[in-house]
Amino acid sequence: MSDTVFTPIREHLAGTVLEATLEHGILALLIESSRLAEVVGALKERFGFDLFLDVTAVDWPLREPRFDVVWHFYSTRDFVRVRVKTRVPLAEPVVDTLVPLYGSARYMERECHDMYGIAFRGNEDLRPILLYEGFEGHPLRKDYPKQKEQPLVPYRK
Amino acid sequence: MNTPLPNPIRPAFTESSREGTVIVNIGPSHPATHGTIQIVAELEGERVLRTDVHCGYLHRGFEKECESHTWHNLIPYVDRLNYCSALINDFAYCEAVEKLMGIEITPRCRYLRTLLAEYSRIADHLTCIAAALMEMGAMTAFLYLVTIRDYIYEHLADLTGARVTYSYGRIGGLAHDLPEGWLKRLGEILDQMDTFTGRVHGLVDRNRIFIDRMRNVGVISTAEAVNWGFTGPILRSTGVPRDLRKDTPYLAYAELDFEVPVGIKGDNYDRYYVRMREIDESAHMVRQLAEMLPAGPLCVDDRRCTFPDKELVYTEIESLINHFKLVMDGPQVPPGEVYSAHEGANGELGFYIVSVGGGVPWKVHCRSPSFVHMGGVHRMLDGYQLADIVPTFGSVNMIGGECDR
Repeated sequence: MSDTVFTPIREHLAGTVLEATLEHGILALLIESSRLAEVVGALKERFGFDLFLDVTAVDWPLREPRFDVVWHFYSTRDFVRVRVKTRVPLAEPVVDTLVPLYGSARYMERECHDMYGIAFRGNEDLRPILLYEGFEGHPLRKDYPKQKEQPLVPYRK
Repeated sequence: MNTPLPNPIRPAFTESSREGTVIVNIGPSHPATHGTIQIVAELEGERVLRTDVHCGYLHRGFEKECESHTWHNLIPYVDRLNYCSALINDFAYCEAVEKLMGIEITPRCRYLRTLLAEYSRIADHLTCIAAALMEMGAMTAFLYLVTIRDYIYEHLADLTGARVTYSYGRIGGLAHDLPEGWLKRLGEILDQMDTFTGRVHGLVDRNRIFIDRMRNVGVISTAEAVNWGFTGPILRSTGVPRDLRKDTPYLAYAELDFEVPVGIKGDNYDRYYVRMREIDESAHMVRQLAEMLPAGPLCVDDRRCTFPDKELVYTEIESLINHFKLVMDGPQVPPGEVYSAHEGANGELGFYIVSVGGGVPWKVHCRSPSFVHMGGVHRMLDGYQLADIVPTFGSVNMIGGECDR
């Protein structure tokens, strides 16, 4: 079932993606960050991946480029998922926004920016969402100490 | 004299877009926003022109905390995501880890997880509908539904030892088997529930006040719902039968007979009705599963994750060491990444986990339906009355625990 959906995608994107593998039933595409809009555009318009599930990042502090940015998409037509992954360095943790393609990207890109400091080029509204205004740092980065506290309201003596 | 506290949020707008409008703040300290959601709304008279929805007041660093606990030890945190149907979270998380470890659970575990997931879904829907009805003043209906929910909570406490956060899932199985007489009581509760939901149907379905508040309020189309990432009962209320239990069958759903109820136009009334029908379908599934439940072991026989019998731990050195290693080092999960999703009570509940090998996760990410729904809920609020925010918000069933994580 998933082969009939995934094979045309692999063929169509053969020159565009760096790697295409099948991992636990999900087609995983590794791409250059500059080709994000092109790849996701094709996934949405041509292959029916209409549901933006998720965007998050994975921090690999000892690796260069340091961050994986990971998107998941679902097709409500074919009932399969695809994972798009790209790598960005600490010096310039920037990828393109997907808000023009998917409304739901708006909130999840804000969360990813909160937690990992990934900036989404073209998304003007990257206000803190789970954190608060004035929070310093990005807590899901591996170098952010778990015990560090930044109380908005000072603790009582 | 206290100094004013710094504002934790920055509203998207602070100026009126035109003359005669007023900007108000609703929540987070408001029962109808479940105490965790803040809505900044621009009003023209009673009409809502635009809204800016904020969440995060219940953020407690779930994902950060997971990175310093063993795969087993974080199950109680997973419970506290959607605390109305904690077992569904447990099973979705455990399945993600099992996929990475290449474990196939035993038949009894598979059926029992399915049964408990559907039972939890009933409790979740009962909570949602009861709260939404109470917010509109339907106290009788609230009490009918919450009575049944309390029977379910007590019944689950018989099984797991807790009413709300069960910590009952285990990687490769479940904590322990059913106590004696549990299935008999299950049948009694479901029968009583049918009577009580029937009464609620009688009280509100054709009630003029209820229809006025619900019909044609908070309407969302299928295309809009998909664009804004809505899944679960909200997406189904727009008229499409998209349900992971049917579309990508997991656990034992492929073997069950059930329907996927859908709405007509995606308004509050449809969301109410879809949930009520889903309760019926879930009860139908639970009854089938109680009949189908096979005998046999509950946990897989895999020393990487399943604890040895207590008797053996005390009498045999291998089991003692096995027990020690599982507690101290945690289950050994091979390197890799997996995204696994279950149909939660509110929509697609996905876990994206990354392992670098060993007993502690490198990353656990939860794709929670409530958070995504909060990203699109303004589409249901804008253009309606201020008072409509309460039932619309109630029909979305935002759960603070999984929204803010």
